Amino acid sequence: MARIAGVDLPRDKRVEIGLTYIYGIGLTTSRRILSRANINPDKRVRDLEEGEVGRINAIIINDVKVEGDVRREVSQNIKRLMDIGCHRGLRHRKGLPARGQRTRTNARTRKGPRKTVGIKKKETK
Amino acid sequence: MPRSISKGPFIEPALAKRIEAAQRSGDKRVIKTWSRTSIITPEMVGLTIAIHNGKQFLPVYINENMVGHKLGEFSPTRLFRTHGGKTAKATGVK
Repeated sequence: MARIAGVDLPRDKRVEIGLTYIYGIGLTTSRRILSRANINPDKRVRDLEEGEVGRINAIIINDVKVEGDVRREVSQNIKRLMDIGCHRGLRHRKGLPARGQRTRTNARTRKGPRKTVGIKKKETK
Repeated sequence: MPRSISKGPFIEPALAKRIEAAQRSGDKRVIKTWSRTSIITPEMVGLTIAIHNGKQFLPVYINENMVGHKLGEFSPTRLFRTHGGKTAKATGVK
């Protein structure tokens, strides 16, 4: 029903929260949009009127970077780091954490599932 | 936490002097430096700076995308070695 920026909003949540289902909008941005559109943030998404949806849409189209645009910006920033060959860029290239975290243990989010390295060179000999 | 703005960007005074001299004379010779903590300023764009990594000086050509980063970010101090013996992947450089 309420489609904003190409995303279906959950109908039963409060608008304030519902808007955060759009990539690039968090709670802060969501609240700012609603106060500018003069909509009560506690209202449920399903209770929004057409005009209200339109107002939200207009604000987002004009002033907020969402979805594809944000994703592109993020990946361009990462690409820039990789192109200039700085430390953070090298970490991104290798798929390791870029902010100085330890990698002796943990870091599984970046490194993916564990790959056991052990000694298993016996069969070829 | 970032550096306080009131302090301004940090550049090793000696390095700043050499950069300025190089830019004024149009001299494109490599500048060696140990100062990894110096920030890259717009004046350095177009120069090649050899940055010490604790062992050797790695020459880095500075372009305008690098402005605002520190010199040390471009000269890795650690050598990455893989496990897994002599596969083609492990023997290849980098």
